[in-house]
Amino acid sequence: MVSRVVVGAHYGLRDWLIQRITAVLMVLYIFAMTGYLLMQPVLGYDVWTALFSSLVVRTFTLLFLLALFYHAWVGVRDIVMDYVNSAAIRLVIHVLVILALIIYSIWSVEILWGM
Amino acid sequence: MKFRIYRYNPDTDTAPYMQDYELEIRHDDSTQGKMLLDALLMIKQQDDSLSLRKSCREGVCGSDAMNINGRNGLACITPLHTLKEPVELRPLPGLPVIRDLIVDMTQFFKQYHSVKPYLINNEPPPETERLQSPEQRAHLNGLYECILCGCCTTSCPSFWWNPDKFVGPAGLLQAYRFVADTRDQATSERLDDLEDPYRLFRCHTIMNCVDVCPKELNPTEAIGKIKDMMVKRMV
Ligand code: SF4
Ligand code: SF4
Ligand code: FES
Repeated sequence: MVSRVVVGAHYGLRDWLIQRITAVLMVLYIFAMTGYLLMQPVLGYDVWTALFSSLVVRTFTLLFLLALFYHAWVGVRDIVMDYVNSAAIRLVIHVLVILALIIYSIWSVEILWGM
Repeated sequence: MKFRIYRYNPDTDTAPYMQDYELEIRHDDSTQGKMLLDALLMIKQQDDSLSLRKSCREGVCGSDAMNINGRNGLACITPLHTLKEPVELRPLPGLPVIRDLIVDMTQFFKQYHSVKPYLINNEPPPETERLQSPEQRAHLNGLYECILCGCCTTSCPSFWWNPDKFVGPAGLLQAYRFVADTRDQATSERLDDLEDPYRLFRCHTIMNCVDVCPKELNPTEAIGKIKDMMVKRMV
């Protein structure tokens, strides 16, 4: 293989944009959640179970977590791109991170809907 | 006045070292208006083995960029009385040192050339010039003034990590200079070329570039405007 510096994988803008959008989603969710929890006079088991028995809350929580995972993926990949020079090691780290995030996603569904 | 200057001669030295110099300059009216470059030339009279680049001595050629007390700048427009002693001088960071304060700018100019820093217009040239309205021309202010001194790009951590793949602030400022030019017809090709994870998106808005630019230009803003245009064309 010729060793020539090649660039031009066309996902720079997409991932950058998704990182911004997921950040906004997360901020909205955190505001809504803390707002709601602060409004409760007592915070107990009842409040929690009531809150998470709602399908809307579960859906938005899942959305929040998926946003978090995608955001983390872009962030971790950025760090690896800056600091890990060997493309082979980069690929291995990328695959491990993706695997972990997929497992987290499945786990999140299980936690939210298994309650 | 005390100076500590980075010395390295690849023919005789095994490793770089810092050398101390002292000049008889008092802080009074006569030093007002004296620049760091003046002091460097006085030092060179003491020790002519000290190597540096310089030419215009008034901040327009960009050749005497160096790291002055930890910050990149042009020696010729840095007033001596603003500097803390000992004045520590090093070559621009992130580029190979050729000798003393002289660095090899090849990588910097490679990235600059990679953005095609020239007007692309395939229409036959008109009899006179390609005209712009004063408003259209105003878009180029803050872009065309770059003297390619390299202060910004060599202070950018993203360029230190990926000098071969990240264009760097100076090149990106010029990329935007031609995107912003109403006479240029290659806007989408230019955006295509930067829409990858390295060439532009290695910029993490650290803003070192804005901080050091001796011409007070704002590469970060230009990078932001390129991103805006990419987003606009996508949605
Ligand atoms: S943008 Fe400023 S610091 Fe960067 S090369 Fe141009 S003049 Fe120098
Ligand atoms: S704003 Fe971007 S280009 Fe400027 S120094 Fe920071 S990372 Fe580099
Ligand atoms: S000598 Fe030309 S910019 Fe300093």
